[in-house]
Amino acid sequence: MFWDTFGIWIAALLTIGIVSFLYRDNPVYKFCESLFVGISAGYWFVSLYYQNLLPKLFDNLGITKLLGLSQNDGAFQHIFSGHWDGRIWYVLAGILAIMMLLRLVSKIGWISRWPLAVVVGSTAGLYMITYFQSNFLSQLQNTVIPLVAIERIRALPSAGMTADQFFAAYLGNLVLIVGTLTGLVYFYFSKEHKGALGGAAKIGIYFLMITFGASFGYTVMSRMSLLIGRLYFLFGDWLGIVR
Amino acid sequence: MKREIPLILTAIVGLTFVVQFFVPHYPMGFLADMFSDWFSIIAAAAIWLGALNLMRVSAEKIYKREKDRFYAGVTIASFFLIVIIGFFFSGGRSFQEPGTRFDWLYINIYTPLMATMFALLAFFVASASYRAFRARNAQATVLLLAAFVVMLGRTPFGDWISNVLFLPEGWGIANLSNIIMNYFNVAGQRAIMIGIALGIVSTSLRIILGIERTYLGGD
Repeated sequence: MFWDTFGIWIAALLTIGIVSFLYRDNPVYKFCESLFVGISAGYWFVSLYYQNLLPKLFDNLGITKLLGLSQNDGAFQHIFSGHWDGRIWYVLAGILAIMMLLRLVSKIGWISRWPLAVVVGSTAGLYMITYFQSNFLSQLQNTVIPLVAIERIRALPSAGMTADQFFAAYLGNLVLIVGTLTGLVYFYFSKEHKGALGGAAKIGIYFLMITFGASFGYTVMSRMSLLIGRLYFLFGDWLGIVR
Repeated sequence: MKREIPLILTAIVGLTFVVQFFVPHYPMGFLADMFSDWFSIIAAAAIWLGALNLMRVSAEKIYKREKDRFYAGVTIASFFLIVIIGFFFSGGRSFQEPGTRFDWLYINIYTPLMATMFALLAFFVASASYRAFRARNAQATVLLLAAFVVMLGRTPFGDWISNVLFLPEGWGIANLSNIIMNYFNVAGQRAIMIGIALGIVSTSLRIILGIERTYLGGD
């Protein structure tokens, strides 16, 4: 009970400390900011150890078993008992991880390029396929649709339809197709935007402007909702004014 | 040695992931799974590197008695606080379970600081948009109107305005906001996503083939 109440007080004071920046930069804000940086770094330091390094490196190799921290055999135990274990290759991952940390030593910092190369290669290979599938082929597939949604028009009642339903039935597909195509035309820079291409690009930029505006509005509202959450915490959980 | 081996490593790992997609059998499947784990291990090491570098930079500030050394001390102290509690006083692998000391720090220090920091962005975004958003031409006006309608459509104030303007039921600003989000926004996002996908495919190919080498840095 004490720790719950103490936690709420700490959280409330830290919230006020961060919000105090709205007045101007001040020592309380700087303290909270530094605390946030340290706590964040420490949080990820610990989390990644338990979520990645421990199960994927130390457990696979059997180092945790050697230290008495786990019951399961790893690659070392199998190799020492005369059985081949493919997980022994994780030794290389451990070496690459150490090489990454050697970046801190300026004279041999270049050696961190090796693990970096593995990260870049993995990302490139993985993204090349997944983005092509999910962001290119799937999006194209979803855009190849009838210009007008006849089945939706048939399903609509003649009266009492909302603006969303009306738009979805009569104009929705048309907007999706025209918007996607003209937007893509705008991003096509191999030919000068003149004539029909220029006209399509001009329509495309209007669609993109609506997209940017909508994304902006959506982002602002999500930040507002976070702010309301913090105010609700201060006036509800902490002060008990709002129930 | 400094450039050739990283280029070979990138090509091997990248090609393994690509080939594994078309040949999901042994040994490609095994190799791809293993490289995926390697990626996670090295990525964790990279985060550790960042945290350790932060400690080094902060310690240097204290050692050189710089102006903000007190705050550097706060950063170091808070880092060690959560690391020591996370490693030694939170039950090992179950460190994130509700009720552990690590969880207490997460709930009462990390979460409020992070949420408030992002909530603060609402003010900065609002002030930046006030300065940047000017209806200078038709395109800027369209952007402004779209943002305005989406924001209004997600508040009770939008419903109130719809009532004041006697807009028919189901045809209010909230519905207009939905239309913008579900159709115009989706169309624009699709064009952007397709463009990004094509860009990623070509860049990835350049990286795997060793044409793109900027990630290796100088010399």
